[in-house]
Amino acid sequence: MEFLYDIPVIGMVIQFVVYVIVQLPVLAPTIMAAAVPIILGALCGFMNERSGVVNIGIEGMMLTAAFVAWWTAAIAAQFLPDLRIGIMGITLPLLIGLALAILAAMAVSAVHAWLSISVRADQIISGTIINIFAVGITGYLNLLISQHSPPSAGQFQALRLPSFLADIPIIGPLVGALIGVGPIALSMLISVIVLQVLLFRSRWGLRTRSVGEHPKAAETVGIDVIKLRYRNVILGGVFAGLAGAYLTIEFGNAFQGEMTAGRGFIALAALIFGRWTPVGAFGAALLFTASIGLQRSIQFAPPEGALGDFLSTLPSQFYSALPYIIVIIVLAGVVGRSVAPAAVGRPYERESKAA
Amino acid sequence: MRGITKRYPGVVANDGIDLEVREGEIHALLGENGAGKSTLMNILYGLAVPDAGQILLDGKEVEIASPHDAIRRGISMVHQHFMLVPVLSVAENILLGEEPMAGRVFLDRTASKHRIKELGDRFGWEIDPDKPVGSLSVGWQQRVEILKALYRNARVLVLDEPTAVLTPQETKEIFGVLRKLKAEGYAIIFISHKLYEVLDVADRITVIRRGKVVGQRIPSETDEDDLAKLMVGRDVELTVDRGESHPAQPVLSIANLTVRDDRGHELVRDVSFEVRAGEIFGIAGVAGNGQDELVEAVVGLRHATSGTVTLAGTDITHASPRTLHKMGLGFVPGDRHRFGMVLSFPLTDNLVLNDYYHAPYARGLRRNDAAIEAYAKEAIEKYDIRTPSADVSGGTLSGGNQQKVVVAREFEGELHLLVLDQPTRGLDVGSIEFIHNQAIARRDTGIAILLVSAELDEVLEMSDRIGVMFRGQLVAVLDGRTADREDVGLLMATGGRGGGVQPQTMEEDAS
Amino acid sequence: MTAATAPKRSLWRRAWDVSLLPAIAIGLALIFGAVLMILSSPLIGGFDLFLPITAYKALLQGSVGSLNSIVNTLVNATPLVLAGLAVGIGFKGGLFNIGAQGQFLIGAMCAAVAAIALNDASPWVAVPVSIIAGMLGGMAWGFIPGFLKAFRGAHEVVTTIMLNFVAIYLVSYVISGPMRGTGPEVTFARTDAIVAAELPIIIGRNGHLGLLFAAVAVPLAWWLLYRSTTGFEIRTAGANPDAARYAGMHPRWLIVLTMSICGLLAGLAGASEILGEVGYMPASYGTTVGFDAIAVALLGRANPVGILFSALLFGAMQAGAGQMQVEAGIPAQMVAVLQAVILFFLAAESVVRRVLKVRTAGTGLGTELQTVSRSYGEQATR
Repeated sequence: MEFLYDIPVIGMVIQFVVYVIVQLPVLAPTIMAAAVPIILGALCGFMNERSGVVNIGIEGMMLTAAFVAWWTAAIAAQFLPDLRIGIMGITLPLLIGLALAILAAMAVSAVHAWLSISVRADQIISGTIINIFAVGITGYLNLLISQHSPPSAGQFQALRLPSFLADIPIIGPLVGALIGVGPIALSMLISVIVLQVLLFRSRWGLRTRSVGEHPKAAETVGIDVIKLRYRNVILGGVFAGLAGAYLTIEFGNAFQGEMTAGRGFIALAALIFGRWTPVGAFGAALLFTASIGLQRSIQFAPPEGALGDFLSTLPSQFYSALPYIIVIIVLAGVVGRSVAPAAVGRPYERESKAA
Repeated sequence: MRGITKRYPGVVANDGIDLEVREGEIHALLGENGAGKSTLMNILYGLAVPDAGQILLDGKEVEIASPHDAIRRGISMVHQHFMLVPVLSVAENILLGEEPMAGRVFLDRTASKHRIKELGDRFGWEIDPDKPVGSLSVGWQQRVEILKALYRNARVLVLDEPTAVLTPQETKEIFGVLRKLKAEGYAIIFISHKLYEVLDVADRITVIRRGKVVGQRIPSETDEDDLAKLMVGRDVELTVDRGESHPAQPVLSIANLTVRDDRGHELVRDVSFEVRAGEIFGIAGVAGNGQDELVEAVVGLRHATSGTVTLAGTDITHASPRTLHKMGLGFVPGDRHRFGMVLSFPLTDNLVLNDYYHAPYARGLRRNDAAIEAYAKEAIEKYDIRTPSADVSGGTLSGGNQQKVVVAREFEGELHLLVLDQPTRGLDVGSIEFIHNQAIARRDTGIAILLVSAELDEVLEMSDRIGVMFRGQLVAVLDGRTADREDVGLLMATGGRGGGVQPQTMEEDAS
Repeated sequence: MTAATAPKRSLWRRAWDVSLLPAIAIGLALIFGAVLMILSSPLIGGFDLFLPITAYKALLQGSVGSLNSIVNTLVNATPLVLAGLAVGIGFKGGLFNIGAQGQFLIGAMCAAVAAIALNDASPWVAVPVSIIAGMLGGMAWGFIPGFLKAFRGAHEVVTTIMLNFVAIYLVSYVISGPMRGTGPEVTFARTDAIVAAELPIIIGRNGHLGLLFAAVAVPLAWWLLYRSTTGFEIRTAGANPDAARYAGMHPRWLIVLTMSICGLLAGLAGASEILGEVGYMPASYGTTVGFDAIAVALLGRANPVGILFSALLFGAMQAGAGQMQVEAGIPAQMVAVLQAVILFFLAAESVVRRVLKVRTAGTGLGTELQTVSRSYGEQATR
């Protein structure tokens, strides 16, 4: 195999592919960990856009939830006994933080629903407002609260797999990356599967699709378009809440201003690339975050020879920018195209104006 | 329905309308576009809330606040614009809202298929429940709409202009279905502005004009002239006086034109014909048989795959819309909201939409607003556009006046060819007459006119020659004055090869 | 309704109609901010019902209290005007340019690179060349999403946001790598000080030449949009791309052109900031101009004159935010909160009208932008 590596250029490509495959089990947990908030964000977008509402405010919803999770857990930890459940590092303060984060994101979603559905404001403006507000309010409160520096409430821990499973070569690490994770990441995995099934097999899924494609037709068969849209948009907030909480009480253990760093927007791109399905978005998000795993791997276990030299001469900023560049390339249609729900972005007016 | 009144800003759509429909009758609601028929039915179906009046069902007053209420009370409606979700399957569309369930969450797919089959069997239709509705022909979409209404156990069935896009044969079949349903005891409200259809199928006819009931008739005691007078409020010429035509040299020549879409489907196949100066060449066809694409290829909005289009001797196959406009091609697009106008712009801008860039409307990069306004005033007067001023936005005008704006823009200048795509769709009789007369006047000055319309009657009445399109092909060219309605309809439905048999299995749309 | 053809009412009447609802929105936002300050006052220095008064007074003083503060307001407003136009012209063309931030950064970087290279040249050469470099850089960064939207169907809302992040890392690489300064004043990753290309001060302590750029850009943008045929094409393509195509325009190239113009303006904003205000280019430039510009453009309803006024308002808030932080202990992020709340009340305009019984011929915020949201549903379908 290695003799192939000496072919100019092509050899390097081959070596790169082999390198990635070999490193994949090692990389998998990193890639997965980075993908969780993006996938959860995409599920939030899924709930919105499948019912015909654009949501570019996912970023702001996530940021709000991240802030609420972190600080409410920290405050709860000061006043509540440190009750431990015993698995995955679950404690009462963390659960309170998680619950309040979800509620906060649902509240923000309710505002988005009100502006987009009832007021019939432009949905992209509504999302923009949410993003600006989230940056402002979390930055403002964070500065004030951190002056009093409350101690952290800790974070959720990964599920420990039994050793017989974890020790299987190749499969072990991959399975570990999927389910040897914290409770929020686990809930993401379950949500992806459940939503995918519900979308195509359930009454809710059928009605949601009809409302996102042709709300008037749905209305004429007795479906309450407004109510369904409200419900879906607000429920979508649950996933943005999970995504935000993941950042501050599972993946990391601190809050910083603007820490979502565009994940909410990458989530939207994952949704588009994944053809507005949960499983598709799951795959797309993994593709986007693969570069993060790659960066770490090249840092710690660079490939040999010319390829290794080449990859390590690339500046670190290149790897940091890579997920965003991949999103652009993917959206530019190199990989394929997908069709949005037809009614996305259009406010629904119940009564037609024309005589 | 008693004393139904509905006001919209600026208009009273329904003004104290009374309507009574009995079990086992087909009651026709006749009126021209904009008379308030659809509003009345939307009220009955809970899509609009009346300002006054009541709805009684079996003698008891009922409140219908949403389609859900209407369905619950046994009222179903087949809408003028199909209320079908293109990406969903036939079964999903029919069952939507009343889905057979397996448990509380999941759909019962076997029961669904079973029910659809049962429904189809009632009319001898073979239904493929898994096909996406978007891939069906218009005729089949109409059938799906009817099944959808029946599936909901309706007693009252409202059909809003169900025949607008059908061939005469398909219309006949639908009428057969209606009669069958009538015999089964349904109360049917049939909305139309086509007099002969109403006379053919209805038991009673209620005529409304400008939101008011102006009369009620029984088909055996009336005729088309009487109904027309009642509907419009004055004596009208039922047929256009198209006069003699004096065709001269060919202006538009289309040779072996083929148009494919992005996925490689042939939407227009090897079409050849000529339109001569001073004649109207009409194209008849069921919607979706390639007429739109043919028109778009001619006016430069779509790329032709092969073949040539020639305008007054110049090859224009790959010419841009602007070049064509300069060469004397006027185009009234079928979808005036999409192509014809910018609804948020004032009439001034809309009237110079394709002439804004040259003198006198612009000097270099600078717009000459004074010249634009002067021209707009002139056009508004000449084309009788009813508007408070030239500065109001296009979206505030009625459909008829919007279309006059488009016509004013496209009928002016040094013209060789006019392409009229659905020029009178959805307009009131006054506007229709105006536009038809303008078109004939242009023809008589030696301009070639290509007319495309889904309204077979319009094509029959206006054209000097008629081409029939079927699945992207031009299957026949007939003389406009002698062509028979039934013959043309048959050609539209079968392309002339089916021998008059209506396909009873689900066929896919050509496009 | 365009300014060019609006009904001929008195100018005052029109000004009243156009500004009443924004004024109400600003007032409601200030009330919201006051409530937030009172609620958070225990975290600042004990419960204080009068904290908002202290804070708003400091805000006012810091923005218009003296000649220096007024100049400060103008200096803060300058990039907001330019970047606000970059977003606003996009809106008119049916495009949501969230990428003003990235275009601003690239413009700033390109201007700085040129300025450093020309540090020994005459200012008469260095200033225009650096400015042009900044404009071209921003233009390139606007061209990319324009091209991707027009010819590849990638929606600009997502691509411009992604390009914002790419810009951050590109700037970080260029400035901390090849362009890192060597002078004694360089204590962190940044370039050397810009000398020759530094914009001259024309008013007050720090009122640099960039003020003029903004002052000229507003009437120029207005002329472009409402008096030129190109502007008519841009607006037509924005309002109805199908009609534009039918009318013989080229909506795809118009998208590219519009995004390039937007990028150029945002790049000019970046150049003006670096050359006139900062004096060097840092590797991590913590600015939010590009995002504030969205709020500016929305509040100004995408109209150049409206953008001028809303940029002045936000510029004043930023100028006063420092004093507010010092005197009342209110973090500067309060400005972002106020911006968002102003926009919220504007977006909920119909509700505000109903509740407060306002009757003016306002122009809806949404109508300008409908094509933006609609095209979102059509992305990648081509």
